[in-house]
Amino acid sequence: MSESRLRIALAWIGLRLLRRLRPRRRAQEPPAPRRAEPPDALARETPSTPRAELLVAALLLVGALAAAAFVVLYVVRPDTQLLGLCLGGALVICGIAAAFAGKRVVPQETASEPYEQLADERKVDDVGAIVREAGEGVSRRGMLAAAAGLAGATIGAAAVVPVASLGPAVGDRITATPWRRGRRLVDSEGRPLRPEQITEGTVVLAFPEAADRNTLDAPVMLLRFAPEELEMSAARRAAAPGGVIAYSRICTHASCAVSMYRHPLHPATAPEPALVCPCHFSTFDPRRGGAVLFGPAGRPLPQLPLQVNAAGELVAAGGFIGQVGPSYAGERETEA
Amino acid sequence: MRLVPRPDPVRDPVRFVDQRLGAGSLLRSTLRYVFPDHWSFMLGEIALYAFVMLVATGVFLSLNYVPSDETVTYTGSYAPLQGRTMGAQYESVLRIVFDLPAGNLLRQTHHWAANVFVVAIALHLARICLTGAFRRPRELNYLVGVTMLALALVEGFLGYSLIDDLLSGMGLAIAYSVAGSIPFVGGDLAILFWGGEYPGSSAIWPRMEILHVLLIPVAIGGLLTVHLVQVIRQHHTQFPGGPRGERAVVGTPLWAAYALRSIGLFLIVAGLLLLLGGLVQINPIWLWGPYETALSTNGAQPDWYLGWLIGALRLMPPLEVRFGDYVAVPNPFWGGALYPLVVFGILYLWPWIDKRRWGDRARHETLDRPRDNPRRTASFAALATWVFVILFAGSVDRFAFRTLISYEAQIWFLRGAAIAGPVVAYLVTRRLCEELRARERHPLRGWSGEVVRARDDGGWAAQPEEAPTDEAAGEAAPPR
Ligand code: HEM
Ligand code: FES
Repeated sequence: MSESRLRIALAWIGLRLLRRLRPRRRAQEPPAPRRAEPPDALARETPSTPRAELLVAALLLVGALAAAAFVVLYVVRPDTQLLGLCLGGALVICGIAAAFAGKRVVPQETASEPYEQLADERKVDDVGAIVREAGEGVSRRGMLAAAAGLAGATIGAAAVVPVASLGPAVGDRITATPWRRGRRLVDSEGRPLRPEQITEGTVVLAFPEAADRNTLDAPVMLLRFAPEELEMSAARRAAAPGGVIAYSRICTHASCAVSMYRHPLHPATAPEPALVCPCHFSTFDPRRGGAVLFGPAGRPLPQLPLQVNAAGELVAAGGFIGQVGPSYAGERETEA
Repeated sequence: MRLVPRPDPVRDPVRFVDQRLGAGSLLRSTLRYVFPDHWSFMLGEIALYAFVMLVATGVFLSLNYVPSDETVTYTGSYAPLQGRTMGAQYESVLRIVFDLPAGNLLRQTHHWAANVFVVAIALHLARICLTGAFRRPRELNYLVGVTMLALALVEGFLGYSLIDDLLSGMGLAIAYSVAGSIPFVGGDLAILFWGGEYPGSSAIWPRMEILHVLLIPVAIGGLLTVHLVQVIRQHHTQFPGGPRGERAVVGTPLWAAYALRSIGLFLIVAGLLLLLGGLVQINPIWLWGPYETALSTNGAQPDWYLGWLIGALRLMPPLEVRFGDYVAVPNPFWGGALYPLVVFGILYLWPWIDKRRWGDRARHETLDRPRDNPRRTASFAALATWVFVILFAGSVDRFAFRTLISYEAQIWFLRGAAIAGPVVAYLVTRRLCEELRARERHPLRGWSGEVVRARDDGGWAAQPEEAPTDEAAGEAAPPR
């Protein structure tokens, strides 16, 4: 549409609206009085002025334009910001119009309505009597109630039991992990990892070769320390060949991935190295068997015993020391 | 003389309905239904309108969401993720964001509406608790309200868990562990619902979807209906004064002034939510990428209304109950399950605690101002402080990076604050209410200080206080 035509169209719309909105009170008949209900108003006034009515109409018009703009934009350029601006703006403006009309255009009334008397003792008595009437002429009420109770309880149990079909039972599924003696550790691209690739001050994410990675038992982290730095039992230290040590990636608190490593750059002042979980900041000590230094975790991070195979690659020397992942209430845990 | 009556656009449809349902008197009393005028009464309405927006935007989302974790390769228009394998559910949300016109607007509006919904319910609840609106005859409606609040929290959590982006995966991992920590039954419960050890079987996706788009919204909708029907039956409470007393409710009738104002409020709430959804980014799921168990990100924050649970999990010392190798209570139980149970337990019992304390079982249609019952107000302030100190603990890691105050020190401080804070809040609030009540002054309106003048001898003297004006004293007689 050319600009001049647009202007003519707008002027025409404006004129029509103006004509409609000119106050024409003469034409209005006063509303018929209410018949059945006594008037309950405490105060009533009719505040409307032509200006207020015009303002409401103008606001509604602007709102309508914004809503129309939304429709057009949706077709020609569905940009999130502009769409939100148009539709949100349309609703807010129309909302202001409605609220304003509710305050300044329609009659303002203060009315009163009695709170209902809710309670009625006679009805309570009647209901009690009606309920009890069912027992008239019935002699073995206790027996019937007991039988009905039994039937209800068993039917209830029968209705609930199928919930168990939702899933498997606990047990093996939690304790079984893909880690076996001799299974190679691979990086996220599936390449076998060698001890030389693990350097001090970094954490390398590793997975069991040829196993599902997206489980709680699969991912582990590899770190390297000088062997004499590892303060742990001889058996655990032996499971860290050349100071390369592996821990489960999954926090023993609530299953998040322990993805932060605090590595002191200025040993004199900085705190000790630690593996930190970003969820609730459980802090684990990688040099002391994954012991909890701070935070809510109740158990150390499980250590995965390592070996180096004939080809010089890192492999598991067995299953985890300690149970992977969160603790489950009502379960027995294999001990560390 | 006309034989055919002139058509009347109002009376004719009313007559049509009345002749068939006899609904004329119901319509009449509905139009004349009286709403007391007080700003705090709008909070419930805002919650209602946010819920309407949640349903409206949620229907759009649910028709485009795919509740499946089947692996697909992303080929949509968001370049950084092209070629990446991901679950079908995450891919379907990316499609809503980038490839459906107005998709991201409606998704973000949905998320904003959820946040506003819970804010409005929480403030509504505060107004109910602080003014004594829960007293007889409104106890049942109070219970309905608290239940809706609990459902709203679960619903919000499920909502952003459906996406399977990195943040939803982390949240679900925690939820799984909290479920697993419930004494005796936890392990079986978690495995049952997830269909196996976390991340669970594929069945978890349709399960969460059905809960989020059907079961919980229908439950909230049903309770909402019960809630509003009860309000209509009992009428609103009102602040006392003038003609407003225990016998009759005084205010604006529904038709037309109140209806127009309320429609205005709905449109403004809906419009503001759309403006937020369009202009203020929320949960940019495309930045996080898909979830895998080995991944997590630092600085992840849940929606505000779950922050109190994260905070409680963080503040809890590493306490677990074990007998030998038998695990009785794993740690996540304390913060993730017991703490919200205690808070909701207190909320559920609130009307009965109040009855006990004051021996007041009478029917009340008029409200107390918060200051009128200093100890009730102080108790609520203590409860709120307990929740909000712990909520703050949910984001201390962000605070630690900003301020470089060590994380551990902050946690120790907040552990103390979670215990001492409520006591302090109780004492301060109680004192404040007593002062306000004694002086009959509004905390935000009008002058409440003392005038100090220089004396001739060089010292200072306080002007004698003016007696409260009749108007202020007459506004409401302080009880007892
Ligand atoms: C889904 C969320 C909720 C919605 C949509 C909602 C909506 C409403 C509305 C519109 C009213 C009438 C106006 C008003 O007093 O503000 C109301 C009244 C009421 N609500 Fe809620 N509400 C919700 C949650 C709650 C909660 C969590 C409580 C619990 C504390 C609660 C307790 C009450 C009570 C006791 C009344 C009657 C009080 C009176 O008339 O003064 N509601 N609600
Ligand atoms: S999940 Fe790691 S600290 Fe909670």
